[in-house]
Amino acid sequence: MLSNSRFSIRIPLVILIATGTWIALAASVAIDSRESKKPNGHGNRADGLAAWQKVYSVLTSPRCINCHTATNYPQQGDDRHRHFAHVMRGPEGKGVPGLNCISCHQSENADSTGVPGGPNWHLAPLSMRWQDANDRPLPSAAVCRAITDRSRNENMDGQALLKHHEEAALVLWAWRPGLRPDGSMRTLPPLSHAEFVAATRNWVEAGMPCPPPK
Amino acid sequence: MATYQLNVNGQRKQVNVDPSTPLLWVLREELKMTGTKYGCGISACGACTVHLDGIATRSCVVPVSLVGNRSIVTIEGISSDPVGRAVQDAWVDKDVVQCGYCQSGQIMSAVALLKATPKPTETNIEESMGGNLCRCATYVRIREAINTASRQLK
Amino acid sequence: MRPATLLEERSQIDRRGFLRVSAGAAGGLLVSLYIDLPAFALEGNQAQPPQVYPPDAFVHITPDGKILITVNRLEFGQGVQTALPMILADEMDADWSQVIAELAPAADVYKDPLYGIQMVGGSGSIAHSFEQYRELGAKTRAMLIAAAADRWHVSPDQCRTENSVVYGPGNRSARYAELAKDAARKPVPDKARLKTPSEFRLVGQKVRRLDSRPKCDGSQKFGLDLDLPGMKIAVVAHPPVFGGRVKSLDDKDARAIDGVREVFEIPLAKGSGVAVVADRFWTAKQARDRLQIDWDLSGIEHPDSSQLWNRYKELVRTSGNVAVSRGDEKALERISPSNRFVAEYEFPYLAHTPMEPLNATVRFNGDRGEAWVPSQFQTMDQMAIAEVLGLRPEQVTFHTEFAGGGFGRRATIDSHVAREAAVIAKRLRGTPVKLVWTREDDVRGGYYRPMHAHRVEIGISRDGMPAAWRHVVVGQSIVAGTPFAERLIKNGVDALTVEGAADTSYNISNFHVSAHNPTVNVPVLWWRSVGNTHTAFVMETLIDELATRAKVDPIIYRRRLLKPDAKKLRSALDLMDEKSASWRNKLPKGHALGISCHECFGTAVACAVDVSIENKRPKIHRATIAVNCGLAVNPLTVESQFQAGVGFGVTQLMTNGAITFKDGRVEQRNFDGYTPPYIADAPVNVDVHIVPSTDAPTGCGEPPVPVISPAVVNALAKLTGKRYRSLPLASL
Repeated sequence: MLSNSRFSIRIPLVILIATGTWIALAASVAIDSRESKKPNGHGNRADGLAAWQKVYSVLTSPRCINCHTATNYPQQGDDRHRHFAHVMRGPEGKGVPGLNCISCHQSENADSTGVPGGPNWHLAPLSMRWQDANDRPLPSAAVCRAITDRSRNENMDGQALLKHHEEAALVLWAWRPGLRPDGSMRTLPPLSHAEFVAATRNWVEAGMPCPPPK
Repeated sequence: MATYQLNVNGQRKQVNVDPSTPLLWVLREELKMTGTKYGCGISACGACTVHLDGIATRSCVVPVSLVGNRSIVTIEGISSDPVGRAVQDAWVDKDVVQCGYCQSGQIMSAVALLKATPKPTETNIEESMGGNLCRCATYVRIREAINTASRQLK
Repeated sequence: MRPATLLEERSQIDRRGFLRVSAGAAGGLLVSLYIDLPAFALEGNQAQPPQVYPPDAFVHITPDGKILITVNRLEFGQGVQTALPMILADEMDADWSQVIAELAPAADVYKDPLYGIQMVGGSGSIAHSFEQYRELGAKTRAMLIAAAADRWHVSPDQCRTENSVVYGPGNRSARYAELAKDAARKPVPDKARLKTPSEFRLVGQKVRRLDSRPKCDGSQKFGLDLDLPGMKIAVVAHPPVFGGRVKSLDDKDARAIDGVREVFEIPLAKGSGVAVVADRFWTAKQARDRLQIDWDLSGIEHPDSSQLWNRYKELVRTSGNVAVSRGDEKALERISPSNRFVAEYEFPYLAHTPMEPLNATVRFNGDRGEAWVPSQFQTMDQMAIAEVLGLRPEQVTFHTEFAGGGFGRRATIDSHVAREAAVIAKRLRGTPVKLVWTREDDVRGGYYRPMHAHRVEIGISRDGMPAAWRHVVVGQSIVAGTPFAERLIKNGVDALTVEGAADTSYNISNFHVSAHNPTVNVPVLWWRSVGNTHTAFVMETLIDELATRAKVDPIIYRRRLLKPDAKKLRSALDLMDEKSASWRNKLPKGHALGISCHECFGTAVACAVDVSIENKRPKIHRATIAVNCGLAVNPLTVESQFQAGVGFGVTQLMTNGAITFKDGRVEQRNFDGYTPPYIADAPVNVDVHIVPSTDAPTGCGEPPVPVISPAVVNALAKLTGKRYRSLPLASL
């Protein structure tokens, strides 16, 4: 994130190095306008980025990314195909009259019929899309920017994001996703919920670093 | 087996069934209300559409245990609603049906659309009716009938 | 909408009336027809229509003036339950507002006059029963007049009829209801005067369907809706590969569910399965899900799509059994290679998936049986049930229920669904059993439109017309090994494999069509428009390609190439030309025009479509359809059939529009994997135009289907520059 071409910071950096690494970190964080929060703990940038990759691996797994589309439809399945029956996003991510998300998805999983459910089932808004218009997951850098951009993430700071990952009902659903119509269990995200929360915490404490865009 | 109190077309009904039983089969077999149809069982076709608290809902995938005290309106009861009546009348006027098996669901979806959007555009119609399958493919007349009903409901 | 009491009353009267008339006429003729039952199959015109038409098997006038007309067909969307009564009511001069239509149970008198069995198929309902229902109406009218004339001591030709009233000289009048009892005692006349077309009051008019309201308020009962006292529900676990057998069964968990009554192995058309009988459908289904079945899948072919394609592609490059050979077989070789091209086509297995899943209800009482089936093949199904129950067909009362679609799926030659139900009912003697196939059973249960490969080699003459045409088709025979084989298989070729190509109306002088009918372990069946589903696609896309090469307008090219006497096709083409003229040359950017025409089941259809590409799929904004079906009995029904039938035809283009096999198993489960057209996939606007005609009516059930797919891909070819020869259409 500290671009090599930012010569303008070289002099202040030289001064700051004398006063300790963590101040340098603070400066580098402040200089990068994409950072949204001061770090509030330990953890270095490399650890933070590693933690982010773990978070990213969960966010882009089917149970999560299927509802974070860039299009006017959700996806379903491990192969993330377009949701059947021409189900649409609708103006508020809740479908359209006659074909709402809650026309089928109730407040809990319906294992006897194979339809997943959770409270207020709906699509993440377009501002929270993690895919491109061709249904391809966005690269790690882009998703990181997206979820830390407070103008797009419903104004969540690091703590709020952590809480969201820890407690939000639809997030928790990903780890109890219910049975498919054929009776088999839906695939879980690549990390356990505890691991996901721990990675989120580490990432937040590291100042929510994002990898550089390629 | 468990006992459930259901509010169906304004009437209280009591049923004793396995909690996992979809509402569709409770309606059809416990209450003998066969107007709501079984087409696929996985919410892909809409033949089973009823209204739960006014929301078009696919009863084949909703276990009766999740219905609660939401009001259920089926095709048998929709004519008490002026929008329902207008839609049914338009369906008859425009000679929409062929085999007719999907039409209960089509009508329930159309009513939900018109109650939310009294003057739907062609896009609104295509999106709201987009998940209701008709193997006879009566879609052209479905569109016409919705437009007719919309005009009736000034 | 039929009052139950009316029905009971009627069936009592009917029984007496039935016997009275038949006893008076040819004695035991009706009963003996059962014994005659040939595996009938359509042996040309050898089928004997019953020579006695007791009108009260078809029309019953109640004391309060209602006119019950019995329809000798299944109503499964085509509108026959309105159209046939219209015909009869018109000749009878009945008050249409008093007409109630019913579906006939299985009985000899209701057989298709041409095919000799009670059935719906071949788009033949109106075509074959038009004259029959006219006669019935006219004879009934004659009997009513005779009764009035008697009463008034006047001569019948002093009487006239109108709106369910007979009028006589000097202001005399009598309602049909008053005269009915006396009329029933009159002899059925051998002949009765039929109306001239100008006298028709209903026929030729747009008349709304009689079954609309019940289908809109939930009161219409279909086969699946049947409820009888003490009825049980059955589902059957079928082997994952056709013909598999049960090796071992563990039903402990299944039986543990409250409400499960019986679990037992049953024989199937091929192999065996396991029946689960329960108080409720959901119980039966859950129990079936818990069955642990070890299947014996040895000794049967395990169909696999990629292997089948390899086999078909090899076969299609060799000449098959000849279907038609006209002109000089060597003509193709004499045309220079630069004026020749080869096109190969692939068509997958298709499932019918009518909206109402398959079902049949049977009760066996030891010496009698009763069945309720939404059946396209009543005679066959009744016989099959009787055979299973050890009864004679006339000992099985067979009710025809309304069907939620069929498209050919409910006309199975082996009556496999009816047989399954009968086997279970036999075991549960005394208890009515409703057998239900789930949608998964339906998608995976076989009886598909067969998969096909085509290879066409065309030699083009200098004027751009095809001078030589060599066409090989590969696909399973639908009727081999069945009673229909004798009539339909000639020279080793199943006529249903090549119809639409072999009998083309295009004037191609050196024309050679041959076919291979390989044997594959997949049960196959006729799918709405049968052979035309794939042959019309091949013909109409190739004609389009030829027109493009010749730089000739596709409509003009077809006019040039059609045989001069292809009158119906030419008239349809002309009308389509006229009715699409206002829009087809003014399409917006990104839209293209597609043209096609095809004749099948005696009806000619021409089609123009406006197509663009949206979300990688064809979007059909408009279709203009012109039809020549002879006299259109109910132009409203005809319009509906075509508006909707082309939407049905789009099934072939859908992305998930194929049934495929891997290691013997069907890969699709339900509408998520095998997806028919929804509203967004079907044409948005369809205008239908009927060529005015007083020729005998021909069918409209199937003719809409073949034209739409080739028209759409012909339009796509203009947009993308590609020719599409493999269905279903992949992402564009």
